Amino acid sequence: MEYFIQQLVNGITLGSIYGLIAIGYTMVYGIIGMINFAHGDIFMIGAFVALISFIIFGLTGVALPIILLLVLLIAMLFTACYGWTVEKLAYKPLRGSFRLAPLISALGMSIVLQNYVQVSQGARVKPMQPLFSGGLEFFKSSEFIVTVSYLQIFIVVLTIILMGIFTYLITKTDLGRAQRACEQDRTMTALLGINVDRTISITFIIGSSLASVAGMMFVLYYGVIDFYIGFLAGIKAFTAAVLGGIGSLPGAMLGGLLIGLIETFWAGYVSLEYKDVAAFSVLIVVLIFFPTGFLGKPDIEKV
Amino acid sequence: MEKKDIIQSFKDSLFTGLIALALFGPIVGLRTVSKGEGLFITPQWGVVFLLVGLCILGRFLININSARRTEFKIFSILSSKFSSITENKAKHFAITGILFAAVFPFLPFTDRYFMDVAIMILTYIMLGWGLNIVVGLAGLLDLGYVAFYAVGAYSYALIATTFGWSFWICLPLAGVFAAFFGILLGFPVLRLRGDYLAIVTLGFGEIIRIILINWYEVTNGPDGITGIPRPSFFGLPFKRSPDEGETSFHLFFNLEYSTMHRIIFLYYLILVLALITNYFTLKIRKLPVGRAWEALREDEIACKSLGVNPTNTKLTAFAIGAMFGGFAGSFFATRQAFISPESFTFIESAIIVAIVVLGGMGSQTGVVLASIFLIGITEMFRDLEQYRMIAFGGAMVLIMVFKPKGILANRKPTILMHGDKK
Repeated sequence: MEYFIQQLVNGITLGSIYGLIAIGYTMVYGIIGMINFAHGDIFMIGAFVALISFIIFGLTGVALPIILLLVLLIAMLFTACYGWTVEKLAYKPLRGSFRLAPLISALGMSIVLQNYVQVSQGARVKPMQPLFSGGLEFFKSSEFIVTVSYLQIFIVVLTIILMGIFTYLITKTDLGRAQRACEQDRTMTALLGINVDRTISITFIIGSSLASVAGMMFVLYYGVIDFYIGFLAGIKAFTAAVLGGIGSLPGAMLGGLLIGLIETFWAGYVSLEYKDVAAFSVLIVVLIFFPTGFLGKPDIEKV
Repeated sequence: MEKKDIIQSFKDSLFTGLIALALFGPIVGLRTVSKGEGLFITPQWGVVFLLVGLCILGRFLININSARRTEFKIFSILSSKFSSITENKAKHFAITGILFAAVFPFLPFTDRYFMDVAIMILTYIMLGWGLNIVVGLAGLLDLGYVAFYAVGAYSYALIATTFGWSFWICLPLAGVFAAFFGILLGFPVLRLRGDYLAIVTLGFGEIIRIILINWYEVTNGPDGITGIPRPSFFGLPFKRSPDEGETSFHLFFNLEYSTMHRIIFLYYLILVLALITNYFTLKIRKLPVGRAWEALREDEIACKSLGVNPTNTKLTAFAIGAMFGGFAGSFFATRQAFISPESFTFIESAIIVAIVVLGGMGSQTGVVLASIFLIGITEMFRDLEQYRMIAFGGAMVLIMVFKPKGILANRKPTILMHGDKK
């Protein structure tokens, strides 16, 4: 039982990270109907920017909460630049092209970003000393002590705050309305005087900043990163987006949580080596049996 | 050009420079280096300023150079001319190509390195042609093609090392296994829409690789399988000193022993395998099933209403594509004599897909040109090991942006209702 609760806590933490990445996938899919394959690598860039800024601020000896806030803002800013540029260079010229063209362009972009980071930062894994230590302990009397580290609390709380801001942005502001309008009918939205290109750019900026927060959490949580983390995390987050129903924002978060839980429970109870297989199998099973996911809208085929 | 325009474009390029600074500043400018216990930062501002300067200059040149449009026009006119030439003279082109390929090993400048590159290019051409059946004809984007390549290679390696059967028995078996896997995967997933299918096949490719790494008892895990038998020339091995009771190739034909014999044999082997793939594709396009593939690619709903079973039709395409992937895999295994899961990563799938798409989906000649171009690029940049993949990915993006239908955009239906209207 204690072991189960521990896995649950770990799973929720991991799920928060996946959920934040999944939002980027689901938003882009909703608005321009493409799978942004390079999104996982944007997440990886966010993790690198966070790592670099952690090292810089680690030398200055500022208090931990200020460091965290600064790193968060820096990572969001610089990673958003990447998201914006990738969209401008690789996807915007392809709007209205045949269906698979943006997917292939995204594939190329993903290869470029991965190797670019490999060249500029080196191929070896980057370890970081843990910034957080300690945590709350439960079930002290039993033989298995459940630990909820402060880091895990930080990750989950930050995710909840970000989700709150994000939901407000999408449902209450003009920007969010423009975005939802673009999702439904881009031509009509343009006719109504909304700058569609700008809205799409902002979508990429928001998605990338959320991914960079996930990247920062990843650095803190695992303590090591390399240029290749984007691929697996990206696939899992995409699975999460599909599981929740692609195009649906609460669905992305729900899917992220589920994937995080499935992965930790699989690793904890079934086998550690095949934990990545679990995520892929879930993806395949979900797509076969309910391709619209939990909260997605059914896809109607029109002639 | 007015002064206002110049100022405008100058401002624009400065903005580009600012963005470039934000992009390259942290990632390139602050390189993290592990020293002893911790990570430290080595600044590299020189490189950053160089890159930013290049971006500003490039943007400025593009802005003030209004001839840009005409340049691209020239590019597109050239390529459309080129594709019309290759289309009209497809026969001549093909025959010249095959003749050149046939005499290539005996040309004066051909050395060991050229042969190795040529064999590699031919392997990719064969894979490209195999995948072209799935992507180009049936219109199903398969991002996990390398899985079938891996299944072919591993089944060849396992059969050959366990039972000691010859290459010519193992090759078809490997193809059958790969096709079987194609059906196994295809059956549940082929109902999915285009981009979902792409991701599922990608997942399948990764699953196969993870299984290959972890199923130690059978696949020997990350260490791979060694000592895979080399192919023989219809029973005559390519050995300097053959075993007791055996005649080796150079003794039989009374030649001086040379390692090149084996290389040349491998070259012709893959050439013939690739040509078989091509011939098969060209023929099957004219059969009902081939027609159904192309019809499905163009309009699935129309096909359904005309009584074509989409799942079965797609399944045949998937299985046949997988079979050729398996053949190529067993060739790979016998050429390398060593295989490990490392050879079957996602990037291989991406390269094969890139070849098919860049060549212009469905165009057989396009696959050849794209293979030569892409593998040639990566070979040319081999000294700049790390930069070649950037060049490769960049080429993928650029070609999609400027020529989204591929080098040879040839998606004309093979048959039209009232003949070819011109």
